[in-house]
Amino acid sequence: MPFVNWLKRHLVVIAGLLTLSYLLLPNVVVTVFSFNKPKGRFNYEWQQFSTDAWKDPCGVADMCGSLGLSLQIAVWATLGATVLGTMIAFALVRYRFRARGAVNSLIFLPMAMPEVVMAASLLTLFLNMGAQLGFWTILIAHIMFCLSFVVTAVKARVMSMDPRLEQAAQDLYAGPAQTFLRVTLPIAAPGIAAGALLAFALSFDDFIITNFNAGSTVTFPMFVWGSAQRGTPVQINVIGTAMFLVAVLFVLAGMIIGNRRNRQKA
Amino acid sequence: MMTTETSGDVRLTGISKTYGSFTAVHPLDLTVPQGSFFALLGASGCGKTTTLRMIAGLEEPSSGTVHLGDQEVTHLPPYKRPVNTVFQSYALFPHLDIFENVAFGLRRRGVKSVKKQVDEMLDLVQLGEQARKKPHQLSGGQQQRVAVARALINHPKVLLLDEPLGALDLKLRRQMQLELKRIQTEVGITFVHVTHDQEEAMTMADTVAVMNGGRVEQLGSPTDLYENPQTTFVANFLGTSNLIEAEVDTRSGEDVVLKAGGGKLVLPRARCSAPARTGGKVLVGVRPEKISLTHADDAGAIPAGRNRITGKIAHSSFIGVSTQYVVDSAVCPEFEVYAQNIERDSRLVPGADVVLHWSPAHTFGLDAAQDIDAGVETAGEEAA
Amino acid sequence: MATVTEVEAPPLAPGTDPKPPKKRGRLVPYWLLLPGLLWLVIFFALPMIYQASTSVQTGSLEEGYKVTWHFATYWDALTEYWPQFLRSVSYAAAATALCLLLGYPLAYLIAFRAGRWRNLIMILVIAPFFTSFLIRTLAWKTILADSGPVVGALNTLHVLDVTSWLGWTAGDRVLATPLAVVCGLTYNFLPFMILPLYTSLERIDGRLHEAAGDLYARPWTTFRKVTFPLSMPGVVSGTLLTFIPAAGDYVNAELLGSTDTRMIGNVIQTQFLRILDYPTAAALSFILMAAILLMVTVYIRRSGTEDLV
Repeated sequence: MPFVNWLKRHLVVIAGLLTLSYLLLPNVVVTVFSFNKPKGRFNYEWQQFSTDAWKDPCGVADMCGSLGLSLQIAVWATLGATVLGTMIAFALVRYRFRARGAVNSLIFLPMAMPEVVMAASLLTLFLNMGAQLGFWTILIAHIMFCLSFVVTAVKARVMSMDPRLEQAAQDLYAGPAQTFLRVTLPIAAPGIAAGALLAFALSFDDFIITNFNAGSTVTFPMFVWGSAQRGTPVQINVIGTAMFLVAVLFVLAGMIIGNRRNRQKA
Repeated sequence: MMTTETSGDVRLTGISKTYGSFTAVHPLDLTVPQGSFFALLGASGCGKTTTLRMIAGLEEPSSGTVHLGDQEVTHLPPYKRPVNTVFQSYALFPHLDIFENVAFGLRRRGVKSVKKQVDEMLDLVQLGEQARKKPHQLSGGQQQRVAVARALINHPKVLLLDEPLGALDLKLRRQMQLELKRIQTEVGITFVHVTHDQEEAMTMADTVAVMNGGRVEQLGSPTDLYENPQTTFVANFLGTSNLIEAEVDTRSGEDVVLKAGGGKLVLPRARCSAPARTGGKVLVGVRPEKISLTHADDAGAIPAGRNRITGKIAHSSFIGVSTQYVVDSAVCPEFEVYAQNIERDSRLVPGADVVLHWSPAHTFGLDAAQDIDAGVETAGEEAA
Repeated sequence: MATVTEVEAPPLAPGTDPKPPKKRGRLVPYWLLLPGLLWLVIFFALPMIYQASTSVQTGSLEEGYKVTWHFATYWDALTEYWPQFLRSVSYAAAATALCLLLGYPLAYLIAFRAGRWRNLIMILVIAPFFTSFLIRTLAWKTILADSGPVVGALNTLHVLDVTSWLGWTAGDRVLATPLAVVCGLTYNFLPFMILPLYTSLERIDGRLHEAAGDLYARPWTTFRKVTFPLSMPGVVSGTLLTFIPAAGDYVNAELLGSTDTRMIGNVIQTQFLRILDYPTAAALSFILMAAILLMVTVYIRRSGTEDLV
């Protein structure tokens, strides 16, 4: 009887944790199978423990090349999307202008539209313009769909900023440029960083839009897709696990810095 | 709308609450008589809200029991207790209109037709017109009345109020204090009211428990607490007190005679809550409004048998209703005197020599082992 | 929400030059908006028009394409591929429902029950995002492998017999069946449901729960009457952000499904990249887009545009 009561009270927690395990299970599998030594071309069944893949992460032809390309694109796309998106976010929060509804809708749509539709229509644009598919078309596409996410992240942060801080700066003889550099930007920085991080992740991991608009260029996700047909090397799992660890480290570092800043304030 | 509940006594026995190493409420016993208006008074962090929440069932006590009449409710969840709470920020359901907010408790208990009761209750708090509005459309004062209506309609044995008037401005607060008192008298339910405002507690309550650091310092009627405080905290927290460090000299009949700053002070034995051994230290207390201020030249006119102190006026502030003086004397630095402005004596200015005198019956005595500044409001704290 | 109002020019003192001074910063918002919006217009909105135009073109790769207003393409595309459309909708709907069912408890847990574990759990929810979703989806091929423990357990419990009878799986396999695709879709889009739900739940004042309990509502009733209604904005936005991308997805269907589970996204991809039948592909894409736009318009009508971004 008391066990049933305990169960009832903690039902939500149990259900939530089950969902969390559903979310994390594939990651665990990816990590475990990075230590696998498969028999055939595919890495779907466990054979035996081996650290071969970890010792030779770039052993697969073209994989590290595609990885480097994805990183390159991600960096440039992050830069572009963050600059453009931050400007839009500030305009949305701090200024009045006409046609707010239309602007909000235009920014929201890329987040709500299925990737395949955006990918396909962008391809028709490039085809009709006779553009060469490759690095630049990929980059253009990435900036396009990352923009909206940056706007959302930065807008959330800027909205919670007290505008009187900037007025105080101006009262203390800071001109517009000074105010922006010394007051606005530092305070908005966490939001901008969050937006940039999000853009980087989205760009690095994008497959569908890239697949349509890459021509013969191969990014890392496209490499993985191809390998699902050709044969999945264990190194893919190594990269996947490494990405996960780097991401967790980044987030932890961000939290520690944030906590330290909070403690200094107190 | 009279209720004839006969078992609305609230009895807390050995109730305590600890969070890890921090004790919010030390084991305490408290009985709130049926049908009374009871106030838990104290500064923030003193444990009064925690105690209230343990009665409501929103906190699990670390030890002790809670009884409502004959029923023990210590471990019952809130939805099984015949107790309702008016929350500090009202906690009105934003997605329901006023009618549904008030009807909420009735519906949960399976009452089928709620219209008549809800309409009556809304009339009682004078909000009949607002029944279909949403909470955010009402003013703070109106929301507060909805919160009261929502709780009262369930005819609880005890109504708990957690600083319900804190968010209102002064005038509205005064109005609502009278309103709540009226409702309580009319309805006859036991009210337990938590507040940090001593004026509010004294105006509304029949009985007040002053809490400090998780303990009850003193419990009694407002008059008792004010005129006869038994700890320095209560003496300083309720109104203002002058506390003089003195030493017991002798006992004379029913009085205790003490030495302070070269002079003698008399204090009735019954009003001294410290042990009166010869040579023992006692804090002699007197409220500023009980003291008369006479210019040194007129000292001869002071009747015999009064406690006297000589000093010099350091400050004087004209408040309108009264003039507040701060007097420096050998007996006690910064003695405060409130003199009602009936006649103005133009000689009573800073620098003047004066004699302060008051009746021994207005004196009280406290154990000198206590902190003389306990309960005094400092610049960093919120206004009481 | 705070907006800085523009500074008004001071009134002219008598006797000064009557030329009115320019209002400061009037055009600033437009300059800020211009680059980003231009990018979106050129590379998001304009392509939609090109897509529409391509869909009514005829021709071939060798001859080139010309706009001939050949609307028959739409009809042909619909009649041939309506099963895939239907399938996409039903898979996406199933995945969305599962996401809601699975995601709500987790969002609730993070918002109300996590205490000091909240940040850690949030990291665990978001961090998988940062690893290649293709690799993670491929992991499902391992988890649902025919000889693996999961399928083995499902077989022993005769679960697969039931799902087979319902048409969700085939024989004693899970891979290459609708169930696997829906599993993958649910997995991929769970965070898109959890985050809006969490944001919405987190805004609810905890004291409303206490008030409901104080007013005789048992925990489940409190959820039904107070928590869930107040979380509706999150539910709606999470549903949209899950259903729409899921409907157009093809990765899960390709990796975890079979030729019987092809979704409309698969068709569009094949048409565009392999068969190179651009008009048909564009027509299909346009139809999908139109359906999505309809849903988004309904949503915007009900909730306004201010909280969109």
